[in-house]
Amino acid sequence: MRFARPETLYDVPTHYCSGCGHGITHRLVAQAIDDLGVRERVIATAPVGCAVLMYDYFNCDVIECAHGRSPAAATGLKRCLPDRIVFTYQGDGDLAAIGTAETIHAANRGENITVVFINNAIYGMTGGQMAPTTMIDQVTTTTPHGRDARLQGPPIRVCELLSSLDGVAYLERVAVSTPRDVIQAGRAIKKAFQYQLDGKGFSLVEVLSMCPTDWKLPPVKAAEFVNEKMKRVFPLGVYKDKG
Amino acid sequence: MNDSETRIVIAGFGGQGVVLTGNVIARAAMIDGRNVTLMVSYGAEMRGGTANATVVLSDGPIASPYVETPDVAIVLNRPSLDRFEPVMAPNGHVIVNRSLIDRDVEREDLTVTSVEATSIAHELGNVRATNMVAMGAFAGATKLVGAEALAEAVRLAFQEKSAKLVELNTRALHAGLDAVTS
Amino acid sequence: MKTGTEKLFMKGNEVMSEAAIRAGCRFFAGYPITPQNEVPEYMSHRMPEAGGIFVQAESELAAINMLFGASATGARCMTSSSSPGISLKQEGISYIAGAELPCVIANMQRGGPGLGNIRASQGDYFQATKGGGHGDYHLIVLAPSTCQELWTLTMNAFDYADRFRNPVMILGDGILGQMAEPVEPTPYEPVCELPDKDWILDGCKGREPRVIRSLYLRPAEALAEHNRHLHAKYDRIRHALPRAEEIAVDDARLVVSAYGMTARIAGGAVHEARRRGMKVGLIRPITVWPFPEEPFLRAAEHARQFLVCEMSEGQMIEDVRLACQYRRPVAFYGQGGGWYPTPEKIFERIAVLYEECR
Ligand SMILES: Cc1ncc(C[n+]2csc(CCOP(=O)(O)OP(=O)(O)O)c2C)c(N)n1
Ligand code: SF4
Repeated sequence: MRFARPETLYDVPTHYCSGCGHGITHRLVAQAIDDLGVRERVIATAPVGCAVLMYDYFNCDVIECAHGRSPAAATGLKRCLPDRIVFTYQGDGDLAAIGTAETIHAANRGENITVVFINNAIYGMTGGQMAPTTMIDQVTTTTPHGRDARLQGPPIRVCELLSSLDGVAYLERVAVSTPRDVIQAGRAIKKAFQYQLDGKGFSLVEVLSMCPTDWKLPPVKAAEFVNEKMKRVFPLGVYKDKG
Repeated sequence: MNDSETRIVIAGFGGQGVVLTGNVIARAAMIDGRNVTLMVSYGAEMRGGTANATVVLSDGPIASPYVETPDVAIVLNRPSLDRFEPVMAPNGHVIVNRSLIDRDVEREDLTVTSVEATSIAHELGNVRATNMVAMGAFAGATKLVGAEALAEAVRLAFQEKSAKLVELNTRALHAGLDAVTS
Repeated sequence: MKTGTEKLFMKGNEVMSEAAIRAGCRFFAGYPITPQNEVPEYMSHRMPEAGGIFVQAESELAAINMLFGASATGARCMTSSSSPGISLKQEGISYIAGAELPCVIANMQRGGPGLGNIRASQGDYFQATKGGGHGDYHLIVLAPSTCQELWTLTMNAFDYADRFRNPVMILGDGILGQMAEPVEPTPYEPVCELPDKDWILDGCKGREPRVIRSLYLRPAEALAEHNRHLHAKYDRIRHALPRAEEIAVDDARLVVSAYGMTARIAGGAVHEARRRGMKVGLIRPITVWPFPEEPFLRAAEHARQFLVCEMSEGQMIEDVRLACQYRRPVAFYGQGGGWYPTPEKIFERIAVLYEECR
């Protein structure tokens, strides 16, 4: 692992809480862009969620989209400028609740874009409500007695869901809760961008990520939560690879 | 605007019980039969910096729950003092948690009540009662809410949690009152 | 937390939620958005306790369409959001208005346009009162200015919705949603006669099948006929519902007007003006659609000038100008984007204008 700040990130403090997975993932995305030498060709979409301010951190062009609409906006960007590198960065509410339709259809059209999907099983920005990826029995501010499959359904597994779509080139689920996971996550993200460069189609990397604040856990426990609870419900690995 | 209106800010780190303190003061004012509003900082305002609650007390109708220039500030940490000192109303009153604030109040028009709130709470057995000590000092120094009403509001706030918490926070309230009145 | 008095002490968002439940609301669907998150959060535990249904929808668009279905069964139902989410509901609101389904929609407005910010605002007045979605329809729009009034108007909203088979919007803002003040929890009593819901869909056993729709293709004039029917209803609403509070207007030379949170703040400034012997009054529309025109026309007889205050760049001012039929100049004080007025600032403005009115 390299510790120098990637050129694709500005040298500024972020607003993320300590132990949050967004900061780590930002670094991995920026590193991948640096490694591929494409910073000046990148256009990113910022989500509505805790990463809404990513335009303050990423040293590249960024468009701030409506909640959940990034894949549609990215479609517009990429279709008009096919030789630019377009990626969306979205939370679970943004991607798998309000933006489900945009996600599925961008994937199904095989849009040649890269999606970095942060799954922290909760709505961070709005203060800890249920997300589509919230796990059974997980307590949130809108599931005070824990998520109940009979009332709220089971958590949505995005990689599994998208794996049946022919337009999808690459899907992998990774985590950022251990040093080893971080290394693998970096590889996956870089590969996803490489697929876009090669014109292979839609690529998505799902990152299991910590939200100590809304899980109401100290950072160390939050990483354990990913390792012990989330990885069981959301197994890591490659879900699709067109090669 | 209206003469009987007092605008109070309680500020500290998130986790110092600022919201709870605002709630207790507001409920005590209700028990005293006064008009009261409470507003708590929300959303992105809470991230990173200080959390704050604003209470407006009045005998007449309250025009705005939103406070730009507080008459009274209970500041539990240094960033809160830095933020609110410059915007205090002329001749306002600041209750300072001396344990965590290593500088003096600079404005000469302000009345200052210093209390070692965190140290006192520590002696009582739990630093989390810092807010209640500071609230006691506020009540003792400003007389804006009655001590009995506050004790009742503390009881109501903690009774559903545990008798121990009622006891601890009541002692903290009284320790704060004593610290400024003895 | 108990209060030690008979009164409730909760945030406006929670006051509204509890009032809805007391008024018989048994279906709530919503999606998180600041500054109204306390509504779905409160409903998530209170609704099941009250035997009702809470659904966290996947989006505001889904939430409003859940109401489309719930209302069709005759249930009292509600959704709430804040500005960006209300925009997303507009398609559904248009269908609901077209199909004449009663429901309650709360908007705790925040700064816009777009994602804007999360501070309180009144930038959605046009959207709320002039249509919002497509087609020629109206919502009934109520604008509470205190938590107590929020309690009462929430209850009234369900009655108006049922009486007129029309969606009703509670137009609040981030301050009203976030502030707490003592509320007397008055019991629910219907404010008007409530017609039988003889149009609901519950299975056609023992009756002719019914259809709820907003599509009118045939004969060619069917949609025009439907629109006439809707507008006859809006005329009845215009006749029955306009409400405003008037404070010290009778002899006023300068009449201030504002709604919701701004009206409450302006009230402080008007009070101060009176204390200093200035003849200043306040007209506070409680329904912003239908707009209470009559008090303005009356005030235009003696007032030299009006002053409209809003947490926007000026929207209700257009209705005030129309209501007083351009007989007097209408000045504006306000700002958009999450700016808050204070009684002091409004008073300064009053003092300047009052000089001109002498
Ligand atoms: C149309 C609309 N609805 C709701 C919101 C409020 N909102 C902001 S972020 C968010 C969800 C955040 O959760 P997630 O996407 O999981 O990202 P995280 O904050 O956890 O990173 C919501 C509901 C909004 N801004 N716009
Ligand atoms: S609330 Fe959660 S997701 Fe948001 S910055 Fe904090 S830890 Fe990260």
